[in-house]
Amino acid sequence: MPDIILPINHQQSSHCETGVVATLLQSKGIDMSEPMAFGLASALTFAYLPFVKISGMPLIAYRMPPKTIIKKVCKKLNIDLETRKFSNPDVGMQALDDELAKGNLVGLQSSVYWLPYFPEDMRFHFNAHNLVVYGKNEQGEYLISDPVFEHPVTCAAEDLKNARFAKGALAAKGLMYVIRSTPTHTQLEHVIKPAIKKTAKMMNGLVLPYFGLKGIRHMAKQIRQLDKKPPKYARLYLAHIVRMQEEIGTGGAGFRFMYASFLEQAAQLTQTPALNQCAEHTTLVGDLWREFAMDAVKYCKKRGDISLDDIANKLEQVAEQEAKLSKLLIGAVA
Amino acid sequence: MKKDDVPQDNSKSYQGQNKLLYAVDDSGHYQGVKSSGWEIESFATQLAVDDLNEQTAQALEQALRGEISPLAYHMLARRFDIATLAGASGFFQWQIKRHLRPAIFAKLSDKNINRYCDTLKISRDALLSLPSQ
Repeated sequence: MPDIILPINHQQSSHCETGVVATLLQSKGIDMSEPMAFGLASALTFAYLPFVKISGMPLIAYRMPPKTIIKKVCKKLNIDLETRKFSNPDVGMQALDDELAKGNLVGLQSSVYWLPYFPEDMRFHFNAHNLVVYGKNEQGEYLISDPVFEHPVTCAAEDLKNARFAKGALAAKGLMYVIRSTPTHTQLEHVIKPAIKKTAKMMNGLVLPYFGLKGIRHMAKQIRQLDKKPPKYARLYLAHIVRMQEEIGTGGAGFRFMYASFLEQAAQLTQTPALNQCAEHTTLVGDLWREFAMDAVKYCKKRGDISLDDIANKLEQVAEQEAKLSKLLIGAVA
Repeated sequence: MKKDDVPQDNSKSYQGQNKLLYAVDDSGHYQGVKSSGWEIESFATQLAVDDLNEQTAQALEQALRGEISPLAYHMLARRFDIATLAGASGFFQWQIKRHLRPAIFAKLSDKNINRYCDTLKISRDALLSLPSQ
């Protein structure tokens, strides 16, 4: 079989799902940046989920659950997105080949662990990584635009199959998605403000103490109680928070900088200067999250000059500033 | 975060790759900026990776002494724990805990052994044996 190489504009992104949305939409001629996709989907949040464990630690999320972004952006912009799952891996691989042969870029959900092009220390069992396949070469390897990487990569068919059909939490079941049609005109202006309003409301949290500001304060409380745990656990717990916030495809500070970038674009598109102020405040919030990470790691390094209370206090400062941001956002889009 | 403050700490875990962050340029506007790593982040990563490696090495020693089954080592070597392996293999956690006992693991049916091989993507021979230290 000859090579299939579809035209694609590979762009490095901070985060996989927003990057895939931006790449797929741009391929259809829609002007969509990664931060814009993130903001339009109202993806910014905070969730501390003690009952969902990742290597024995609570799941801490700074964005809405996987697939929210692609689904919401397509829905808001009237884009026809076809998604398919497969019970038989071979059928799923054939369906991928068929779409490529038809000339369609294909978005896939996959496990990070089974993708050999990931650096060793970053491979772990997370099943909701997104990427775009844009071709297949004569050797049968797939050509992949993985948004978090600088350059396009290749992946052997067997590895990609393993990654698509890995089982467990958030299992992809071979999920693939293709854009079938797009409207002739896409107008972002009208969907931006409702999306911001939703984020602002969500920041105040839901009924449970695990979301939004309540979630952040809950995590601060957990940190204060770490002195009752073995020191090794305390260090691993704090390191876990920092990894969730910085390492796991968040673009730093748990997506806060990406959101600030969205607000700046939103200010311009909707001609709402107040949103620029919101963007600046979001930067401040992001900087505070980074200071919190620095304090947490300082503690892990056993520097005597920082206590668990100091770290928790910093986190409560973050919560306070996020509360202020929520108010600013609601004021700006009112 | 200012553009000039984007850390460039050449993190080992990035293996020479760069990550994209959003930062504010001199005129106050956001743009994507590449980062070769942040020492704070890589410390946290390393702490977690070291802990996993330590657990894996310990499991290997115990398995070589015959205190636990080879499955305990292969599970950790593939970055699974009991909870994630249960999710990926379809076994219950209590079943996996039993299979970590050498006597019970030795009597596992071919069907169950194959299920582990399929989940861990290793051959039957590899699953039943251990690397020498």
